[in-house]
Amino acid sequence: MYQGIATVSGSFTKMGLLRASQEVDFGITGYQEYTLFGHELYLTTTHISIIVVMLALIIFALVANRVIKKADPNKVPGTFLNIIEYIVEAIDNLTVANMGSKHGHKFSNYIGTLFMFILLSNLSGLFGLRPPTADYGTTLALALITFAMIHYNGFKYQKASHVTNLFKPLLLSPINIIGEIATPLSLSLRLFGNILSGTVLTGLIYGLLPKLLTLVWPGALHAYLDVFSGTIQAYVFCMLTMVFVSNTFEEE
Amino acid sequence: MERAIVLAASAIGAGIAMIAGVGPGIGQGYAAGQGAAAVGRNPGARGNIMSTMLLGQAVAETTGLYGFAVAIILLYANPLLGKL
Repeated sequence: MYQGIATVSGSFTKMGLLRASQEVDFGITGYQEYTLFGHELYLTTTHISIIVVMLALIIFALVANRVIKKADPNKVPGTFLNIIEYIVEAIDNLTVANMGSKHGHKFSNYIGTLFMFILLSNLSGLFGLRPPTADYGTTLALALITFAMIHYNGFKYQKASHVTNLFKPLLLSPINIIGEIATPLSLSLRLFGNILSGTVLTGLIYGLLPKLLTLVWPGALHAYLDVFSGTIQAYVFCMLTMVFVSNTFEEE
Repeated sequence: MERAIVLAASAIGAGIAMIAGVGPGIGQGYAAGQGAAAVGRNPGARGNIMSTMLLGQAVAETTGLYGFAVAIILLYANPLLGKL
């Protein structure tokens, strides 16, 4: 019985273009091994795609810098300059609306960097890279930065009451402490899970379909999982960072 | 034999873990419905309602993603196989 099924599926797979591609590949591959402080580490797919994303962002920043420096205030700005101004203005408005006009401008640099990095990382699945945010190392690092920002600003604006607030109803203090620790965990797992589920789904579908059909319909899947979901998750990560940090501004 | 049992149980467990997707589905649908009602009541505040709704939905999605993480760990990084 089992062998009959195997021969039937074998004869199907011999039919050239209608054959599904054999390997389903959405994992992380280690390319180059190296040792650091006695640990065996690997240069992985994540490193390579993160370098590509960083290069793209750096080139964009350099070009934007040149264009802004050369801009003539008496003339109408060109298309590229308009786009840069729009991005800067949108991020400024977002931070000011969420963190107040007093503190908002200080954080627009970081929020803008974060948003552009996460967005480009999520969209890099469209260009054949494995998204760097589908690796838990990347998202945990981003979430730990947010965690450090929350507690730095907490001690800065609330002084000692940042700690004593945890024990306010003494009975609830374990829940409060667990809640503080769960913040970076849920923040990183949300981004990681969303992007990884997109990567796994598209990888499975690409492995499942015959070669001819992969040219046609996974486009819809990419539009939803990479573009829509990726943009929303980048927005949500920045939004939650802003909300958590601005919660510490309230004194007492 | 033991290995086969562990692998089969892990596959079943991964499937059961994805039942966690029911909760976020209900929660996100409820948030979207309330968002639609709010836009109907006050169409001028569409942008604000939209961003609040998306934020709430993303937070509601977290529990489903915990289930997804468990399923992925069972399928691709199975910790139980090492205990045989």
